[in-house]
Amino acid sequence: MSKRDGVLVALAGQQNAGKSTLFNVLTGARQHVANYPGVTVDKKHGQYGDDVGTVYTVDLPGTYSLTSFSLEERVAREFLLGDRPDVTVNVVDASNLRRSLHLTLQILEMELPSVLALNMMDVAEGRGIEIDQAQLAQRLQVPVVATVGRKGQGREALRQAIRGESARQAETPKPPPAPVDYGQLEPAIAQVQQRLAPVKAIADLPQRWLALELLEGDTQAVSILVERLGETAARPVREAVGALIDAFEQRQGIEISDYVVGCRDRAIERLLKGVVKGADAGRTTLTERVDRVVLNRWLAPGFLLLTVFAIYQVSIVWGYELTTYTWPFLAKGRELIAGVLPTADFLVDPYLRSLGLWLVDSANTLLNYVPIFLGVFACIAIVEDSGYMARIAFILDKILHRFGLHGQSTLPLILGGVFAGGCAVPGVMATKGIPDNRARMATIFTVPFMNCLAKVPLYTLLLGIFFVEHKSLMMFYISTMTIIFALLVAKLLTKTVLSGQETSPFVMELPHYHLPTFNGVARRALERTWQYIKKVGTVVLAVAVVVFVLLHFPGLPDERKAHFAQEAEAAIERFEQALAENPYRDLATGANLVPLVNYYTDYKRAKLTASGAAGSQRVTERFKERNAAFYPLVKRGGDRDARQAARALRKLAHERRALRKQMREERITHSVLGAIGRSMEPVTQFAGFDWKINIALLSSFAARESSVATLGVLFQQDDDENASLEERMGEATRESGATALLAVSMILFFALYPPCLATTIMVKVQTGSYKWMAFAIIFPTLLGLGVASAVYSIGNAVGATGIEAMSAVYWGAFVLLLIVGLLSDRKASRLLRQRFSPG
Amino acid sequence: MPKMPARGGARTLNDIRPGGRVRIRRHHSEGAVRQRLLDLGLMPNVVVTVVRSAPLNDPIELKLEASNITLRRREAITIEVTSEESES
Repeated sequence: MSKRDGVLVALAGQQNAGKSTLFNVLTGARQHVANYPGVTVDKKHGQYGDDVGTVYTVDLPGTYSLTSFSLEERVAREFLLGDRPDVTVNVVDASNLRRSLHLTLQILEMELPSVLALNMMDVAEGRGIEIDQAQLAQRLQVPVVATVGRKGQGREALRQAIRGESARQAETPKPPPAPVDYGQLEPAIAQVQQRLAPVKAIADLPQRWLALELLEGDTQAVSILVERLGETAARPVREAVGALIDAFEQRQGIEISDYVVGCRDRAIERLLKGVVKGADAGRTTLTERVDRVVLNRWLAPGFLLLTVFAIYQVSIVWGYELTTYTWPFLAKGRELIAGVLPTADFLVDPYLRSLGLWLVDSANTLLNYVPIFLGVFACIAIVEDSGYMARIAFILDKILHRFGLHGQSTLPLILGGVFAGGCAVPGVMATKGIPDNRARMATIFTVPFMNCLAKVPLYTLLLGIFFVEHKSLMMFYISTMTIIFALLVAKLLTKTVLSGQETSPFVMELPHYHLPTFNGVARRALERTWQYIKKVGTVVLAVAVVVFVLLHFPGLPDERKAHFAQEAEAAIERFEQALAENPYRDLATGANLVPLVNYYTDYKRAKLTASGAAGSQRVTERFKERNAAFYPLVKRGGDRDARQAARALRKLAHERRALRKQMREERITHSVLGAIGRSMEPVTQFAGFDWKINIALLSSFAARESSVATLGVLFQQDDDENASLEERMGEATRESGATALLAVSMILFFALYPPCLATTIMVKVQTGSYKWMAFAIIFPTLLGLGVASAVYSIGNAVGATGIEAMSAVYWGAFVLLLIVGLLSDRKASRLLRQRFSPG
Repeated sequence: MPKMPARGGARTLNDIRPGGRVRIRRHHSEGAVRQRLLDLGLMPNVVVTVVRSAPLNDPIELKLEASNITLRRREAITIEVTSEESES
């Protein structure tokens, strides 16, 4: 990055200072998200142009300071040191200047040319805080700009300040003087600096900063030293620093890092004297008054439930209602594409047609969820932006922490779909914010147990077939067992494979409430929905092609093909015979026959999907226009000859459908996927899964949505049929002896089944390791298969019905959850009593 | 507001009931925890108010000069406090 035209700008700031919002204001729509090399922290960058040229901006992770204790801080610091941005925009919360300036001072100590963005000025003004910006700029010796990111105010001023600072820097590249006087520590700093000054290998680093960090015992500073100088050359320096540390700490009776923080705080106090007026800490803010009610010990759970219920109602219930309006558009799209594709033959469709429709159907199944996703993501953006999300963590941390999770696991679990409807991909993505690594890992592995939107269709399908009477009870079990399983699994994992992972404290800010802005919410909802659609566009379609190929090859053996061809011939012959005396004969036979049958099936389907009398009338008009000659043969009524011909045509179409269905079943049985599904039967039989179900579950790994799609194909309907999948599958599975117990086995397996392909990829991104990705696949598979097998085999042995088996599993897990929870609570309070006795 | 003993009987933030105002004396935590507490403004000599505890008693919420912080009791127990009036 050393050679670049344009200016490189980094945005640094503390959490809740509105840094990302300001980044959006600054760069507009042109931004990308990447990863910092080797770690799982997002690197958001974008660019904009001003009168002079291009400005590249990087949004650093939000950090309270620039030590090397947390990953985000290390990443931010490495970027500032390594890439040396031309200008660093330090975004601070104007209503909390005193705390924010700690980071500012650290940035200035790194000798980075900076601009101070006083953000959230409206909040500060609302609280009666006045800031003398000119005075502040004078004392800090950096340009100061007032901004209100949420309202897009201050963009031009900030852009000008950035340009001005970079121009000034190009003319006289001199950093502002050291902002903090460290008093008693100054001699030690000077000594270390003296030792470092002649060393060429570190000439590019800010010397005073490095000396201070070494004295603070910062591990990263030490490793920089060792890296640059080599082990042997670094040793004497380290020893000298060590001696200085010991001497200082003995003399002063205080750790250097505490002393440094104290000095900075006093420096800030001096800086702000006369600059900030009206910061009245005693005043009761609106946030406090709201929290008295919302976080009230007895009312808080109620508000939380109300919020979750509202999210559920708005996104899932209303979202589903919305899909009834959006679905016709998708259906129309399918019709359009079907019209463009090569037409169907009597018995076999051209591959281009079947593959094309297959892809359209796969895409439509997924796109159908878009309204729901928009709702879910908008609700969550509102909860996040308003500041309530942190309160949810506050309310729930006790429970979640008891099972190895973290208060901040709440958002990922909600995104994953705690109750019903979510997606594991954004869920796993959202684990990034969890500061405790072990809890973060546990959350990553339990988010896929949530009821993602794509699981819901399968549940709905199975409930529709097997649990018509117990539908609401089953729905209750399904939507609440997710969290029971997740907590138990999280506890299991933290006690076993994750026990060695680093943990960190639950110490966080409860931000002030903000009214979310329409733009902010819409932007986030659209962004996240777009991520989902991209997944549809890439992974799912690619896998749909693979599944299509696996289902179609190697295809039917020649003698079966010949057999079906013969049957088709016979059917056509019977049709021709029936029409022997009919005046419509010429119209209906010969070259016209296949187009006529297709016309008939298209007409029937169009009539079925048409809504209302008006819609039906439109269909009539369309088909009259498409082929006026054929029309008398498909409509009801008409003259005697036409009625006779129509009867014969209906019979032919029925025979054609039966033949196609038979062919398809044989083709799937012979297909590669069929072979794979059958080869798994020896293992899956204990869970009651036959090869058809195996195939569906296999394809659901690619994308959960596919399970229902694949089942739909396996129990496929013909072109003109419009029986629901429930009816078709119910018929077919009951024939093969399937029971409600099998449905329970499937539901349990599906609840515990490994994440879909896209999620596992996200797990790789978030854990940064293929090993954990493999674990995220293998562990749930074994768990799911184990539970499903146990329930199915035991249930069969004792003759339990489906609802009995489900109740037993649910309440069994519930009791286990209570036992584990109470045990770990007693242990925790014992530890707390023993652990610490101050003084 | 609870009365604090003048001397001895070192108290921690974990002992303070909602509504209590105390001055932070020193931290007994180390490394990342200590850094985080300092970063969020819980520096020695700072006066904090315990606002409330969560519905299940843990974590607790503190009010500082311009911000509100939440932390678990296991962290609160590592923060030694004295009465508001005594300046160290």
